Amino acid sequence: MASAPPAAPAPAPSLVDTLFQRSLDDLVKSLRADPSAAGESAAVARALSEIHREIRAPDAATKAVALQKLTYLSSLHFAPVASHPLAFPAIELIASPQLPHRRLAYLAASLSLHPASLSLLPLATHQLHKDLSPSTSSAANHHVTALALQLLASPAAAAAPDLPVHLAHDLVPHLFRGSPRAIAAAARVIAASPSAAVPVLFKPLAACLASPDPRASAAAAAAFCELSAPPADAAPFLPLAPDLYNLLTTSRSNWALIKVLKVFARLAPLESRLAARIVDPVCQLLARSAAMSLTFECIRTVLTALPAHDAAVRLAIGKAKEFLAAEDDPNLRYLGLLALGMLGPAYASTLHECRGVIAQSLGDADSNIRREALHLMMGLIDDSNVTDIAGMLVSHASKSDPEFANDILGAVLSACGRNVYELVSDFDWYVSLLTDMGRNLHCAQGDEIGRQLVDVGLRVQDARPELVHSSRTLLIDPALLGNHLLCPVLSAAAWVSGEYVNFTKDPVELVEALLQPRTSLLPMSVRAVYIQAVLKVITFCCNLYVERLSDSSKEVSVALNGLSMDQTVSGGSDAPIGSSNEQITVPRMMEKDPFSLKLVVHMINLIETTVGPLVECNEVEVLERARNLIGFVYSLREIQELKESKFDDDKHSRVKELVKNMQTVLSHEIGPVSLNAQEKISLPDDLVLNENLAELVDIISEDDTTLSSSIVFYPRSCGSVETRDEPALSLGSSSLLSEHRKRHGLYYLPTGKAEDGPVDYPHANDPLLPASSESALDDKLKTIQPVTGGKKPKAVKSRPKVVKLDGEDFLSSMVASASVPKEDSLSGAVRGVLLGRDLKPSSSQKASDKAYEGIINKMDSGESSSQWKNNVDADFVGHPTSSSRPSIQQSHDKESTNPLESDGKEARKHRRSRSGHRQGKHKHRERHSTQPDVPQAPIIQDFLL
Amino acid sequence: MGIRFVVMVNKQGQTRVAQYYEHLSVDERRALEGEIVRKCLARTDHQCSFVEHRNYKVVYRRYASLFFLVGVDNDENELAILEFIHLLVETMDRHFGNVCELDIMFHLEKVHFMLEEMVMNGCIVETSKQNILAPINLMEKT
Repeated sequence: MASAPPAAPAPAPSLVDTLFQRSLDDLVKSLRADPSAAGESAAVARALSEIHREIRAPDAATKAVALQKLTYLSSLHFAPVASHPLAFPAIELIASPQLPHRRLAYLAASLSLHPASLSLLPLATHQLHKDLSPSTSSAANHHVTALALQLLASPAAAAAPDLPVHLAHDLVPHLFRGSPRAIAAAARVIAASPSAAVPVLFKPLAACLASPDPRASAAAAAAFCELSAPPADAAPFLPLAPDLYNLLTTSRSNWALIKVLKVFARLAPLESRLAARIVDPVCQLLARSAAMSLTFECIRTVLTALPAHDAAVRLAIGKAKEFLAAEDDPNLRYLGLLALGMLGPAYASTLHECRGVIAQSLGDADSNIRREALHLMMGLIDDSNVTDIAGMLVSHASKSDPEFANDILGAVLSACGRNVYELVSDFDWYVSLLTDMGRNLHCAQGDEIGRQLVDVGLRVQDARPELVHSSRTLLIDPALLGNHLLCPVLSAAAWVSGEYVNFTKDPVELVEALLQPRTSLLPMSVRAVYIQAVLKVITFCCNLYVERLSDSSKEVSVALNGLSMDQTVSGGSDAPIGSSNEQITVPRMMEKDPFSLKLVVHMINLIETTVGPLVECNEVEVLERARNLIGFVYSLREIQELKESKFDDDKHSRVKELVKNMQTVLSHEIGPVSLNAQEKISLPDDLVLNENLAELVDIISEDDTTLSSSIVFYPRSCGSVETRDEPALSLGSSSLLSEHRKRHGLYYLPTGKAEDGPVDYPHANDPLLPASSESALDDKLKTIQPVTGGKKPKAVKSRPKVVKLDGEDFLSSMVASASVPKEDSLSGAVRGVLLGRDLKPSSSQKASDKAYEGIINKMDSGESSSQWKNNVDADFVGHPTSSSRPSIQQSHDKESTNPLESDGKEARKHRRSRSGHRQGKHKHRERHSTQPDVPQAPIIQDFLL
Repeated sequence: MGIRFVVMVNKQGQTRVAQYYEHLSVDERRALEGEIVRKCLARTDHQCSFVEHRNYKVVYRRYASLFFLVGVDNDENELAILEFIHLLVETMDRHFGNVCELDIMFHLEKVHFMLEEMVMNGCIVETSKQNILAPINLMEKT
């Protein structure tokens, strides 16, 4: 009996079924007998199979009970509504002469009718028509009419297009009588099919507003409130204003008044005279009413629809404050905050007055109230009070429960980071705030904090000293290493410390912190960043040491003789140190000189003992970086040998060269990357897009996903105008756009290269010019902004410059994209050094940098080492001065002489041609030496590929 | 449409009454009820009775072991809905006499009748207890 009922053909109903039919009570009891899921589903299955038999019984009573049980099951979701034929028996029973049967049938119909069963509804039209027709007004008949109206107003019936149209006329007499049900049904019918119903029903419905019967007018107010609700246009209801006004001033029903106020809140903004008219009665209600629901509705109406009436707004705010002060009623406190949130910008000062109350609500027991208060607080933030509010919120977060603490931190991070730190003028403060947030025990926003730390470092030069200082406090604290939520923050701190190591007061301490034993708790990806940072620090220290040796090379014998002593350098270090290390503050160095041989050797020893074991690591990222570091350190060992062979100039210069080259590789300025940077590369001559794309159409249509991932390889310069128009374009949509472009590449006009030619591609990887790096950078920053089309940072006095590009919001994985490419370029260089290739010393740093790019490009393209050595030499011969034309030649030649490079290496080819183009740009830039340069690093892409 | 649904659940989260004023499939209803019940049951008496959920605002109130959850549009008046819940409970109380969860379970259709009398098309159309109960009394006589 408990078998699947709908599948098996049910046996014909018999008298036995009728006699022994289980009632609804029995069904409920059987369901309750076994509350387990299995028992319940067995009982439901059994009941359904019974019902399927019983519902076909000719006897109305049996049928009604079956229907009742089925309604019960379906309304409590035991039986899926769509899979049983509930609608048909229901419609049969609608015609039953017995009121209870009819009542049940109407209930079943209004509960169960849904779009899938609407085909049955026309069957009921006649019966509904009959039930709606005015007849002798016995109580029973009256209720039947009400039932029919009820069904007509049920959501299913309104979805049937024909039914309301057929029955609209039947509603009219009921409307004239002022039946609230008819009014509600009419509203539903009008909403369902306005074109057919409005001519018939609108006027009688409007007349109900003026009805002397308070029930009718209240229902009519509700109906018009419904009809004028937002998706619809409220303007056609303006003519009803007099009737509504009348109701507003005379009605004593709070239900009706609330609805009337809602309608007025929609009408008042459309007609200023109306607003002036209703302001008095609304204020009276507001001052007089004892019902909180009505008071709140008045507040809402005033604050949203009558903002120009100052006295009314003040009254409403006063009431809202009373709500906020309700100690014992969280509902009122919540609504009070909601009301304050409705205040427009014109009353911002009033809102500021309430700051104390709002701040107090942050500690409320109710999470909804706290969240609302936080929302209001974030609305209060502007550039004058961001320090106060954000500081207060962050300190509040440390006292809150984890969930709300993260809400607060997330809100502060997004508010301060909005529009490239628009609100922040004191970045030292912001950096220390970020580290404070990271130290919050429950902080789950590590990713965003880490991102912003790196981002601030990239964009705001003036913040770097403080950034390095704050990072130090994070890195040296061994307790933080155990908190896995903090890993992204630590990763960012390590990166920042390595990248801006020249601001570090004590590199030795930094290296010790980066290599402390508890770093083994970090995930591998973060350890890789740590090791990379160590490499930067040690390179920096060695470079400084070597520079100083050469500075004082006249007295080198003295220096070398007393190498193990700290005080060696104190005599000669007043002279300016290395060109790229100008920022080092000399006094600081004097205190405790970290660049003495002793300390360098100490660091090297430390590195060897701690990083050495990692050379066997399983994780490639860590492995590779550890190998780089260890390789570099082994090479540096030669410094110690210097001691024995004092005047070995050859060794000395070799070491010096090694350190210098490393420093050069690492001293590239990394800047934020514009989303549109790619587009600004003009099309290389040898790249014919149109042909390829035409052939690719089939593949594109077959598999879009693979293409969207390989989209990087297609220069997008052909459509840069579109994206520039939409700076807020997200990464996703821009890839869609470019995909579209790719499909229809033929139809896009190339943009004039002339206009963005000179400035189109930033040369971020150029080393800073030896002299005047500071001022040059300033120039770049000044000039770049109009070029990239981004908004200038707000001109707040003493606010440091924030590098800002168009198409922001791209730095989601800045840490990775900023450090990994460098690492790659570095590993190329390290490999070159370890292979024993001594590069000829070049006169300027620039030339040596070029040489590195040459090496790197060639290393990447997988040529044999002998080949690349030739190329290196060719490069050097090729551009002894500043022109890089030969190197372009070189790469083009290579492409032509390398026929093996086939389709599979398409990507590489593109990359290569782009790098060739980039070198062309160098030339370009040098020709116009005043052209702006940008601290951007899109070139890194080349090394990545 | 002001009111989107009226749901009554017990402390264990079992649905006792569910009346929807817009069409949702059974799965959607189950999911919706599960989510809002989880949200509301976790709250204490010291917290406010309004919970935002998806595009609804849920106004809830607890009477003994039963939670009354009413989903409304965002601009609906929350306090008025609380009064509506109270009116519904008073009406049931008058009809069943000290209403309890079992009354509702065994007379589900009567609760539906009351709701249908009170709310039409998501709007409250009847607030008089006597009028609400009249049809039910009439049926019991016949």
